[in-house]
Amino acid sequence: MAHAGAAPARRLRRTLGVALLIGAAAVALFQLSAGAAYADDVDTDTYPYRVSGNVQLDGEPLEGVELNVSGNGIDTDVATDADGKWAVGVPERNADYTVTLNEDTLPEGIAVVEEGNDSPNVKEVTVGPGGRVSTNFFIGEGERNTTSFFDQLVQRLIGGINFGLMLALAAIGLSLVYGTTGISNFAHAEMVTFGPVIALFLGSLGVPLWGALPLAVLAGAAFGLAMDAALWRPLRRRRVGIVQLMIVSIGLSLALRYLFQYFIGGGTLQLPGANAPKLPIFGAVTLSVIDMISMGISIVIIIAFALWLMYSRIGKATRAISDNSPLAAASGIDVDSVVRVVWIVAGGMAALSGILWAYFRPGIKWDMGAQILLLMFAAVTLGGLGTAFGALIGSIIVGVLVEVSSLWIPADLKYVGALVVLIVILLFRPQGILGRRERIG
Amino acid sequence: MDWLQILSNTASSILAPTTMAYALAAIGLSVHFGYAGLLNMGVAGFMAMGAYGYAISILTFGLPWWAGVLIGLGAAAIFALILGIPTLRLRGDYLAIVTIAAAEVARLLFLTTAFDDVTGSADGLNGYHASFRDSNPIPPGTYGFGPWVYNENQWWVRIVGLITIAFAVLLVWRLMSSPWGRVIKGIREDEDAVRSLGKNVFSYKMQALVLGGVIAAAGGIVYALPSAVSPGDYVTSLTFFVWTGLLLGGAATIFGPVLGAVLYWVVFTFLGNLLPALVRADILPFMTAIQAATLRYILVGVALMLLVIFRPQGILGNKKELTFVK
Repeated sequence: MAHAGAAPARRLRRTLGVALLIGAAAVALFQLSAGAAYADDVDTDTYPYRVSGNVQLDGEPLEGVELNVSGNGIDTDVATDADGKWAVGVPERNADYTVTLNEDTLPEGIAVVEEGNDSPNVKEVTVGPGGRVSTNFFIGEGERNTTSFFDQLVQRLIGGINFGLMLALAAIGLSLVYGTTGISNFAHAEMVTFGPVIALFLGSLGVPLWGALPLAVLAGAAFGLAMDAALWRPLRRRRVGIVQLMIVSIGLSLALRYLFQYFIGGGTLQLPGANAPKLPIFGAVTLSVIDMISMGISIVIIIAFALWLMYSRIGKATRAISDNSPLAAASGIDVDSVVRVVWIVAGGMAALSGILWAYFRPGIKWDMGAQILLLMFAAVTLGGLGTAFGALIGSIIVGVLVEVSSLWIPADLKYVGALVVLIVILLFRPQGILGRRERIG
Repeated sequence: MDWLQILSNTASSILAPTTMAYALAAIGLSVHFGYAGLLNMGVAGFMAMGAYGYAISILTFGLPWWAGVLIGLGAAAIFALILGIPTLRLRGDYLAIVTIAAAEVARLLFLTTAFDDVTGSADGLNGYHASFRDSNPIPPGTYGFGPWVYNENQWWVRIVGLITIAFAVLLVWRLMSSPWGRVIKGIREDEDAVRSLGKNVFSYKMQALVLGGVIAAAGGIVYALPSAVSPGDYVTSLTFFVWTGLLLGGAATIFGPVLGAVLYWVVFTFLGNLLPALVRADILPFMTAIQAATLRYILVGVALMLLVIFRPQGILGNKKELTFVK
């Protein structure tokens, strides 16, 4: 590894700096003192539990040092106050979080140093049953443990493509449903959440993971079929307008979302194997086994889907209905049965996407689908409403944009870039990348 | 079970500032959707503009409360202009997706730690009440009867809210019976027909978007007046709840939005008190109190679906004046 040579230097200089380790009791004490009232607390009111610490150099507090706490659905940035203190609220206890100290924000020539540790500025901490943990870094003069910009970019690009592929699995279904039925289906978000929730449910019944995940995807497909049969087909029969259909889907989305909350509660739950170790690829780029499997599954399914859409009879019929539904019906295509297949495919792919998203986030939450619904809409609009391959291209662009843009903008604004792109694309090319002019109405 | 307490809480929701905020937002949305046919899914964004505009101009710039109100309304007008320019020429469902995205962008910008000094990020804003309370002409004390007993500050918020609602209802009523309103309704029914009469459809739609947005922002200000501004309030669910209230009352009616918002909150508060009480009384043994509280949100979603399918014109609406054209 690149940092091996730096270790002896660190050993020499470690004596210059010692960090203060304080226990939970000491944290409580500090909070009673007047100075702590100004401590930089992020989300400590939002979440019940907290990770905190104190950044000091030779007993002197360091102000404005930036740290990041991530894991279990949070990704929070924080900076130390004048006393060198920081605290971050976290949603779960008995859970692991990753604390990263940004060495660029330390004074010149100062770094996090620890013997025999290549990346001492990254720490895994466990919030125990008490719900509080404090963590501190050994800070002193030494060589910084920075990741080169190129490595970061590659890491984000890979993450972005992975995210984009799983987004595509969901967005393709959304786009197909829109193309064949005209519904802007807001409840697609809940079809995404449905997959991991069912996998979790099956897991709790004792079904092993290798069985639970495929069964959850099948359940998602059945869910798509059920929604078409119970709701959307009767509404088509009644000739309900597309604006009404959209608002019906919003109502369905609300009902399902809170139904999930009813059963799994408001917290974050984990599927087995969510904390798989990361393997180094090159430089500082790492990728976990789960990420690799996830990308592989996404690619295989998307290719299979593309072949199906291009060459099978039903695939061709689907495209015909997307192009011109009355004409397709007049040429003898059974629109209702094709739409039924579209709902099945959309439901299955959404459930799969949800399972992969549960590993990527990581964690299952009742509103996890709603969190990426707008990104799906952005992807579909970017690619061209109603076109399946447009949704794929749009998703990958959105996924990469979301991950890479956080190199420059704060992590809590990373979705903003994609949404702004959605608005801007409508200014210049409202039909999207692969859409046709006539669709914009 | 304490029925008296449940009914008292339910009755007090009629005069709650939150109910008034929903009513104002629904009136604004009725201008957008009910009269002009614009599918605005960014109501929460307009409300956030009002609330943050009000709070930030008082806290950061030290302005008096009435100037904060003007800035909040102005911010919503600018938000409407920015949204309208790219989308009003496009088909309706694009407007829906863009407005919902813009409202999320606004919320994320208010939530991010990058602008913590001004927006308070996740903590939101509070402590901006001094100027508004100084303007209160009511002498200190508690007034009222039955479930509606409030102190002078709480009454002042409610009175300002009621005056704003009355003004908004009057404004919408006069405007919609004017030639301007007839053009707006014509655009909803058939845009091309109105265009062929030589009207500038884009400009009329933009005026409707700005007007409705400003009324919704007034709702956001009333929402923020009594307590605090929290970014967690201005989520897309807020938009959908306002839509439910509007469709319940009747989208293309003058009093429908107010009636819908009040009914929505009366039923919502009633269920919120009743369901956990039923659980505590062991009448619903298969669920916990938390699940009982979640149940009412499920019912809101189901109610929205049933309303749109079976009575799209709402309680007060006229079937002939269907707002779901096309």
